[in-house]
Amino acid sequence: MSDRPLPMAEAAAVPWTRAFYWSLRRELWEHRALYLAPLAVAAFAMLIHLLATFTTAGVRSASLADPARSRGFMMHYDAVTGLIVISALLVGVLYAVGALYGERRDRSVLFWKSLPVSDTTTVLSKAAVPMLVLPVVIFGLAVAATIVMAALQSFVWSLQGFDPRTLWGRLDLPFLWLSLLYGLPFMVLWYAPIYAWLLLVSAWAPRWPFMWAAAPFLAAFIVQHTILHHTVGHWALERRLGGGVIQPFSAGGEGKVWIERLSDLEPLRLYTLPGLWVGVALAAAFLAAAIHMRRTRGPI
Amino acid sequence: MTCLEARGLRKAYGPKVALDGIDLRLEEGRILGLIGPNGAGKSTALQAITGLIPYDGALKVLGRDPWKDRGALMNDVCFIADVAVLPRWMRVRQAIDFMAGVHPWFDRERAEAFLARTNIATTDKVRQLSKGMVTQLHLALVMAVDARLLVLDEPTLGLDLLYRKQFYKALLNDYFDGNRTIVVSTHDVSEVEHILTDVVFVNRGRVVFESSMEDVEARFAEVVVPPEQMSAARALQPIQERQAFGRNILLFDNRDRARLSALGEVRNASLAEVFVALLSRDAAPSRRTAA
Repeated sequence: MSDRPLPMAEAAAVPWTRAFYWSLRRELWEHRALYLAPLAVAAFAMLIHLLATFTTAGVRSASLADPARSRGFMMHYDAVTGLIVISALLVGVLYAVGALYGERRDRSVLFWKSLPVSDTTTVLSKAAVPMLVLPVVIFGLAVAATIVMAALQSFVWSLQGFDPRTLWGRLDLPFLWLSLLYGLPFMVLWYAPIYAWLLLVSAWAPRWPFMWAAAPFLAAFIVQHTILHHTVGHWALERRLGGGVIQPFSAGGEGKVWIERLSDLEPLRLYTLPGLWVGVALAAAFLAAAIHMRRTRGPI
Repeated sequence: MTCLEARGLRKAYGPKVALDGIDLRLEEGRILGLIGPNGAGKSTALQAITGLIPYDGALKVLGRDPWKDRGALMNDVCFIADVAVLPRWMRVRQAIDFMAGVHPWFDRERAEAFLARTNIATTDKVRQLSKGMVTQLHLALVMAVDARLLVLDEPTLGLDLLYRKQFYKALLNDYFDGNRTIVVSTHDVSEVEHILTDVVFVNRGRVVFESSMEDVEARFAEVVVPPEQMSAARALQPIQERQAFGRNILLFDNRDRARLSALGEVRNASLAEVFVALLSRDAAPSRRTAA
């Protein structure tokens, strides 16, 4: 039966890249909501867009006449993209909270650990879901959704007797896509400590991982407000939560004006923010701790 | 070649000692039964062997330290922890794809051929399968891996009798080829005694008895002793006496067969009886205080 010599010197092993690839696929098999939920949100938003396109012919003529308002045509496209981004980020949060908890609760961790996949590979593949897969999902969905929206809108315009080429002149989809390519890597790094923290709690929590993940922040919040009477921590948390979107997509990262053109992009400012790299270091520490937890914690 | 070697293997969970210094040695090509009552430390021992928990003492499995080297060790070791640990969301096809993806010694055709003999379809989800079918699926996945060591922790727990028999039959006929090594734990001696080559009894974290099955047969004998021979028989210090159908059946350890046959009808002792006899001695009150 054995067609390899026994005893063997050193066993051939699957390269870790292959184990990583299959571990990642495994996550997508289990958690189809990772792409279905943003897809559903995008579909719903596009439906609203279609209805709005039908009913705003009057507004349209006024906007076309006034070049200052031409940016208004991008509003729907920005909004749908924003909804895709936010829904994907939230799905990522739900995923990360359960990723290492669920396998312990249903005892399937004993099956996964019976295979030649190291804890490091497993944890990194789970971290790659919100940090690599979701940005790709966001970008792919956003590009597809905005193209479909433009096609739908052109169709409605021609039905109503407007020249769709006027629309194309006002839509700057390539800039939208480019700004995503510019902002998504930042977003990944900026939110990495949050996802890594959730994975760590997920690997450790005896029960209720969501509660344990939020508990330290809630406790700090209460202590601040009732005893210390200041809001530094609160402000820091807000900055972290909002920063992933505000820093890349608003002018100067001030959260007042959204970026609109190529000259608004400031990669140098963005990628030299100290907060970004402090967060990345924290994320690495959390992931290392999560790997340790995956190794030592058994099923619950 | 040595497959498994443990010396002074110890594991405590807080004040509770699960393994209290276990010594084990197993050559390749053997089928070892790790037998003990619930809570004896069987699962803890198997978890240490498969690198799931840290431990004290020395342990080498296929020349590796399981705790430090679990990922690499699992290239050559398969492990069925318990029934129903296969993820419920998974499709049979996905399980096969995943195994083929990460396991260097997985043979997809073998797994599919085994599944073809069952009622399991490759499009089924694990959650749709009965407990017995999940075990069949797990066994199919494991049997398709050309592993050097297969570790089974109470693999038939919660299965009905029919599936249990099928499980061990498939294991022996389709899997075991004389090169591979199997370690199986159970609290039910009778279901494994016919497939084992070696046996270890554990109780309260210690090895109570270890032997090859040939030696068990050579050492232990049961004698059906008629009443008039009872005092002569007791003089030979049986390790256990029991009554069945109004007859006295005495179990002897290491007594001359010729002298035994003078007492009555001699027959081979079942492993279950040896187990009960040795374990009840181990649980004698004087010892229990130590635990």
